[in-house]
Amino acid sequence: MSILIDKNTKVICQGFTGAQGTFHSEQAIEYGTQMVGGVTPGKGGQTHLGLPVFNTVAEAFAATQADASVIYVPAPFCKDSILEAAEAGIKLIVCITEGIPTLDMLVAKERCNQLGVRLIGPNCPGVITPGECKIGIMPGHIHLPGKVGIVSRSGTLTYEAVKQTTDFGYGQSSCVGIGGDPIPGSNFIDILAMFQADPQTEAIVMIGEIGGTAEEEAAAYIKANVTKPVVAYIAGVTAPPGKRMGHAGAIISGGKGTADDKFAALQDAGVKTVRSLAEIGNGLKELTGWS
Amino acid sequence: MNLHEYQAKQLFAEYGLPVSTGIAVDNGPDAKAAAEKIGGDKWVVKAQVHAGGRGKAGGVRLVDSPAEAQAFAEEWLGKNLVTYQTDANGQPVSKILVESCTDIAQELYLGAVVDRSTRRVVFMASTEGGVEIEKVAEETPEKILKATIDPLTGAQPFQGRDLAFRLGLNANQVKQFTHLFLGLAKLFEDFDLALLEINPLVITDEGNLHCLDGKINIDSNALYRQPKLREMHDPSQEDAREAHAAEWELNYVALDGNIGCMVNGAGLAMGTMDIVQLHGGSPANFLDVGGGATKERVTEAFKIILSDSNVKAVLVNIFGGIVRCDLIAEGIIGAVDEVGVAVPVVVRLEGNNAELGRKVLGDSGFNIIAATSLTDAAEKVVAAAGGAA
Repeated sequence: MSILIDKNTKVICQGFTGAQGTFHSEQAIEYGTQMVGGVTPGKGGQTHLGLPVFNTVAEAFAATQADASVIYVPAPFCKDSILEAAEAGIKLIVCITEGIPTLDMLVAKERCNQLGVRLIGPNCPGVITPGECKIGIMPGHIHLPGKVGIVSRSGTLTYEAVKQTTDFGYGQSSCVGIGGDPIPGSNFIDILAMFQADPQTEAIVMIGEIGGTAEEEAAAYIKANVTKPVVAYIAGVTAPPGKRMGHAGAIISGGKGTADDKFAALQDAGVKTVRSLAEIGNGLKELTGWS
Repeated sequence: MNLHEYQAKQLFAEYGLPVSTGIAVDNGPDAKAAAEKIGGDKWVVKAQVHAGGRGKAGGVRLVDSPAEAQAFAEEWLGKNLVTYQTDANGQPVSKILVESCTDIAQELYLGAVVDRSTRRVVFMASTEGGVEIEKVAEETPEKILKATIDPLTGAQPFQGRDLAFRLGLNANQVKQFTHLFLGLAKLFEDFDLALLEINPLVITDEGNLHCLDGKINIDSNALYRQPKLREMHDPSQEDAREAHAAEWELNYVALDGNIGCMVNGAGLAMGTMDIVQLHGGSPANFLDVGGGATKERVTEAFKIILSDSNVKAVLVNIFGGIVRCDLIAEGIIGAVDEVGVAVPVVVRLEGNNAELGRKVLGDSGFNIIAATSLTDAAEKVVAAAGGAA
């Protein structure tokens, strides 16, 4: 078991024939991901990386019955690409692209919710179930099939956590980069719920950062719903408070959002927090008693 | 990206929303001429900076003559205004807004922001307008009235009416408020705003609603489709080094420590600063070189980091991901060579071919220290910068 994806997940790529889409699809195929085709408008009927290219996601879905789509198209076109995949019947959309306007994401996320579509990202490394399926830009070789579920707002910090859990020999059930944007398709709570329900996941690593209140909300959720051991790291203790303009941001966040607030909320929820990102593996070891 | 008050009010005016007659000027004589052109016997003169708290800092004044408007302009133009929302250096004043004076019967608050939790644009209104609004929100949250906008259907008139009635406005004011609410919601969407605030939104002696201030922050991801707003950009309000870094797609924030940091990924960059501090060091900056740590970008990043004379050592922390670490190592060596980096450089490389990368760095002949782990890197760079503070 794992969450979101496994060896049976069939994946298409939007922006398939572009530089990013090509490079990362090659890597995914090499990793063993069941890539079944891709979409580039105007290039339908061609073959790319040995796979069929379609003009629309609807055509790709009809021909391949893909479970998931990964999006590498440029930011100005991502809202359209997400909506196209969602309307076509794709149930899991992973959007890697960064720089998508926030108002575009408000609409895309709302429509995905209505259609029962799971959206991961944007501005994220993607999702991987080690040894089975890699959707995204993470380096496959640092992963090891195993028992730790990792969820993170930051790409490269995810890799740090992955490497440490691999070096300790624990491995990962699945790793999900939810992305650093203000409006992520999935948040910590969505992924924590999946890890809690997944029998393969024995412990969870959660990596947050300053800004917003997603970590505080996750802490409240963990306190009420998560029985598995959780280790958390929050980046940004030393980050300076940004220059402010007006009051609306502070009013809506209720003055929360600093790293210390987040550490405190997580500790209160029974989460083991580590102050150094190099201590994630050690934190897991201490918390679980694993050798 | 932020707009100045005079720019925000210009947008409000274009959307038919009630603002004072005002003219933005950049010298004393023009301030006098502006007051004369606006007419009347009282004016408000306001220093234009990207920060709140201007009134308390002396950046807003009520004047009784055009000569006083000129004097105010000459007092502030070219100087920095320090408010509780700026850093210690303040923000440079390069424009003064001269406005007709408005009689105030009551001060309200109206703001809108993208709320991450509800994934909605949320409008917030309160009868308790003015500078203490955050305190109001904290101590009496029930006094902050909210309307959440469905992203698919947009703002509706009933939501404006609902807010207006709850604010206790009279029938005519309810109409005015609803018009204002719908106009602002449209403006928010049309211009990809991240934050919009009118504090105070006043009720005049005649009983009309009037936007006395205007703050607008724009989603920088959307600037590509906002040509009009791009023209309103005022680079003088931003840190020069940060702006230069942005041209190279480097995300740089200056801090006051002595250990320069160059990292790929914003989260890892923050995590690296944190671990430097945990080991007794003090980071000189935040710098995210982004995904492609190429020689050109690393070179430019070194130049920016070293333009800060406090920097005594540099920590480069790259999690290579798919890119090969030996290639990154060669890029770092090339950059150190080209820039002529004189301070010690500690490099931690992880990912593909990391060992080969470390070997390339160790054999380079430059003052580059290859670290074996993140903790090792933090310890080494703190030592190289002269030890823990």
